[in-house]
Amino acid sequence: MSEVAAAGRAPPPIPLSVKIAMAFVVLFVLFALFGHALTPHGFRETSLLHRLEPPGTEGYLLGTDARGRDLLARLVAGAQITLVVAIAGTVIGAVLGSLLGILAAAQRGRAEAVIIAAIDVQASLPIIIVALFMLAMFDNSFALFLLLVGLNGWEVYARLMRGATLQAKESGYVTAVRALGASPARIYLRHVLPNILNIALVQFTVNLPLTVLLETALSFLGLGVQPPLTSLGQIMSEGRDRLMTAWWLTLLPGAIIFCLALSVSMIGDWLRDRLDPTLRSER
Amino acid sequence: MTGYILSRLIRAAVTMLLTVTIVFLFIRFSGDPAAALVPPDAPQEVIDQYARTMGLDQPIWRQYAGYIGGILRGDFGFSIHTGLAVEEVFFDRLPFTLHLGLTALALAIAIGIPIGAIAAIRRGSALDRFVMGFSVFAFAMPNFLFGLILILTAALAFGTFLGGDSANVIWPALTLGLAAMGSFARFARSSLLETINAPYMRAAEARGVPFWTRLIRHAAPNAAIPLVTLIGLSLGALVAGSVVTEQVFAWPGVGQLLVRSVATRDLAQVQFLVLVVAFTMVMANLVVDFLYLLIDPRIRAT
Amino acid sequence: MAAEQGSGAARPSPLLSVFGLTVALPPDGDRPEAVSGVSFDIAPGETLCLVGESGSGKSVIGQAILGMLPSALPVTGGEISWQGTSMPAQRDAAFAGIRSAEISMIFQDASASLNPVRTIGAQLAEVLAVHGIAKSERKARVRDTLRDVALPEPERIARSYPHQLSGGQAQRAVIAAALLLAPRLLIADEPTTALDVTTQAEILALIARLKAERELAVLFVTHDFGVVAEIADRVAVMKDGIQVETGAAQEVLNRPQHAYTQRLIAAVTPPERPPNPRDDTRVLEARNVNLIYRSGLFGGRQSFHAVRDVSLEISAGQTVAVVGESGSGKSSLARCLLRLEDIDSGSITFKGAEISGLTGNALRSLRRSMQVVLQDPYSALNPRQTIRAAIAEGPIIHGATAKDAHRTADALMELVGLSAQAGGRYPQEFSGGQRQRICIARALALEPELLIADEAVSALDVSIQAQILDLFADMQARYGFAILFITHDLSVARAIADDILVMRQGEIVERGPASQIFDAPVHPYTADLLAAAPGLDTFQPESAA
Repeated sequence: MSEVAAAGRAPPPIPLSVKIAMAFVVLFVLFALFGHALTPHGFRETSLLHRLEPPGTEGYLLGTDARGRDLLARLVAGAQITLVVAIAGTVIGAVLGSLLGILAAAQRGRAEAVIIAAIDVQASLPIIIVALFMLAMFDNSFALFLLLVGLNGWEVYARLMRGATLQAKESGYVTAVRALGASPARIYLRHVLPNILNIALVQFTVNLPLTVLLETALSFLGLGVQPPLTSLGQIMSEGRDRLMTAWWLTLLPGAIIFCLALSVSMIGDWLRDRLDPTLRSER
Repeated sequence: MTGYILSRLIRAAVTMLLTVTIVFLFIRFSGDPAAALVPPDAPQEVIDQYARTMGLDQPIWRQYAGYIGGILRGDFGFSIHTGLAVEEVFFDRLPFTLHLGLTALALAIAIGIPIGAIAAIRRGSALDRFVMGFSVFAFAMPNFLFGLILILTAALAFGTFLGGDSANVIWPALTLGLAAMGSFARFARSSLLETINAPYMRAAEARGVPFWTRLIRHAAPNAAIPLVTLIGLSLGALVAGSVVTEQVFAWPGVGQLLVRSVATRDLAQVQFLVLVVAFTMVMANLVVDFLYLLIDPRIRAT
Repeated sequence: MAAEQGSGAARPSPLLSVFGLTVALPPDGDRPEAVSGVSFDIAPGETLCLVGESGSGKSVIGQAILGMLPSALPVTGGEISWQGTSMPAQRDAAFAGIRSAEISMIFQDASASLNPVRTIGAQLAEVLAVHGIAKSERKARVRDTLRDVALPEPERIARSYPHQLSGGQAQRAVIAAALLLAPRLLIADEPTTALDVTTQAEILALIARLKAERELAVLFVTHDFGVVAEIADRVAVMKDGIQVETGAAQEVLNRPQHAYTQRLIAAVTPPERPPNPRDDTRVLEARNVNLIYRSGLFGGRQSFHAVRDVSLEISAGQTVAVVGESGSGKSSLARCLLRLEDIDSGSITFKGAEISGLTGNALRSLRRSMQVVLQDPYSALNPRQTIRAAIAEGPIIHGATAKDAHRTADALMELVGLSAQAGGRYPQEFSGGQRQRICIARALALEPELLIADEAVSALDVSIQAQILDLFADMQARYGFAILFITHDLSVARAIADDILVMRQGEIVERGPASQIFDAPVHPYTADLLAAAPGLDTFQPESAA
């Protein structure tokens, strides 16, 4: 409705739900970094005297597992790995995918055809299947696992960034700046990139929970993070057989995974509404 | 239109060929393929025998041709686990996975799309906020956690154990379909909102067409176009999800077979399953592209 | 509210009467009311033109009459009556019997008004169905109405989908949909604005014919007094939601009372400027330029010959206008000359040096002599760059220090009529006209010898167009650059150009001094264009011979 011009452009306040989500993410990071101060036990330390203690037991705030290891200490160690995998993994996919997408749009021609074919191939193979295939062939190492999880979603970044770059390339402001005599480097760094970064940022918040879920799912299947390291998914996997008797071993790490994924995607939804140019009145 | 069909067919074929090639290259260059394809305790003669039949002494392009030829003839190798042809093992399990997957897809469509549509029609209402909340919840909920919660609840509340019972498909299907349900709801909502505000809707209103007629005959067909793509894409998520869900519910399907084959390094079986998944996805995308021809006259014209 | 002008014969009792209509805007709007106290009558068979620019509230009135205002735009005062009876409240179910049957409405973008996935026939038949016409009758009535709006092969059109129709055909189909139930009033909201001038003339003629044949009353919403001159019986002029002038068409056109009306009328034929002094120094010369767009990989390579054998020359300090309808290749030609597109054959020389093969640094340093102002001021500025940085960017690229470039930018902002203090703000904070001033300043920062303006005023409101054309002329007088002005609008070309080239289907069909093109067109296409341009015969600019 062009007749109704939007007036003042003060950014709307952050909704309470998003504030809570942000607080949870901060809390999770603090928990992973400093949580070991909450418990005297190491995450590999077993105690045959304290097997399957329920939460609230003296000295074991969140209880213990079947080998008498402190669940709190294990959750901290698992959160650390999950955090590392989530961030490193997401960044790998985001950087690789975005670069390929921008390259395809910038070069067109043969490079673009090759990248599109690669996107098609990846899109026809869910990443978990690729990961399982690779894990069947190569020895499971943390580096390989990180790489596989990192590949998660690269094709989405590539597709989004290609589209956004093409659109920016055709835009009036890039035409005008080209006509000013700007070099390609200046056009891409100063004009195209700043205008497409939002899209990658929003996709980052979509991809991060998916990466967490992929890592925990693979670890849950026993094909991800291997002992002596641990992750939230691996803790769940170990506790699974005792679901009926020691629910805390599965539900506590599960709750952390769920809340983390939920918080990040709520922040992402809010960001999308804030940044989406189609929702913002430009005219 | 012929150009469109032709280009989609070629694209599908190229994608499939590339996938096969990549799988071949990985198998060929990840150690000794003959050793990988026979049981781990097989004597050296058996490995050599296998290497000869696989043509490992031949140049790489002949091996590649042989590999492609094998696939075209339907010769995929044998499972080290059972000694049966890998496709036989697969077809034994396929009905279970189809039963689970199709039920999950049906649930996701039958629940997700209507609630998304209602949210769009009642935009801004409490119902809309609930549906949006549900879609975020469904997106963030790990399916293994959801499955375990269902199992736990059923055990504590009704004293029944849900796992390992392939007659009761509803709970695993709900677990598997939850994420897709959430994304269908969300997408149906945004897609319908977009069409509800389209100029042709206002024009139809000005022509005196009542609200529900506008919604069903004008908005819905247009909103369905992007939804078809989403449903096609969600197939990948369902395949991925079935791996975990079958594990949680001890469902004797293909996903469970894949996990077990990976754990036991049954490479011939894994390779076959990867190719099957790729083939399924390529076919699904092709079906989506052709469905476009039916529902979008603009594509028919190209 | 302005008093009704002109007396004359007693008018028949009104079909539609709007009295004191006031519609509120949401609290975050730029003014409290979309329209305030609007009153007018329409008699049977009469055409009332509601004239205003964007933001004038003119479209709200049409929606209010059909009860289609959303709840965010509540009617807070006044009354609308139809044949002496009050209309129901907004969004009342009773409107179902009024819409289409008594009053029809058509919109600016006809293709967008049609559902892309259903045939024209189905969408027209639906109108009959929802108004209770028996199924057996529908097909024949759809066909007859399509024939009535002069669509060729009505059966084939009925089977077609909207994307298979041209813009003009789609608008005819939409008019057919509006006339199916023989309403007595047609509300047409800018129905020809998106169309080429020759198509516009056809649609206006169609509406005039239907009006005469069916004694149809028309409420025609437009921003263009040229169109008003063609079709209006009476006129109401809106500005910022206020009705500033109302009266009989001849009265308002010949003796406009309100300054705003006078400005809108003047905008139809912007005053001609004294010609630029002739100078034979060639700045740019193009010989036999060809551009072919190729696309499609499978199912046959498609190619489109956008520019065919075009030759032109522009001399220092002169203004040359290229006039053509959409698809004529005029913008492609501009892109070729700017070296944004690589030509397929021909030569382009800039001050005697061949430039069609330049690449890399040589091309980039050429660019400082040749600048561009684009059509859409909304997309032409990077939303993440302050306007000072945008204007300073050209000099910085070509080696100026940031400090000097910013000083240049500040001076140029003042020169184009913006305050230098605004330099730290972002493009989104400016109106369309202001943004186009910024774009001009950006182009001028390099002190080019040639400025190519590609439809540089067509996205702007008519009253703003005149200001921007003045700015072009002022800057040209000051800096002495040559201008190549690409436009679809003949009156704009006449106002600004020394020479005019007429383009059609990629070719230049006629060229000559502006006055010659207007007074004695040689090519029949030029004559068609002149005949189709609305209002040109009504408003003769004073300086014309």
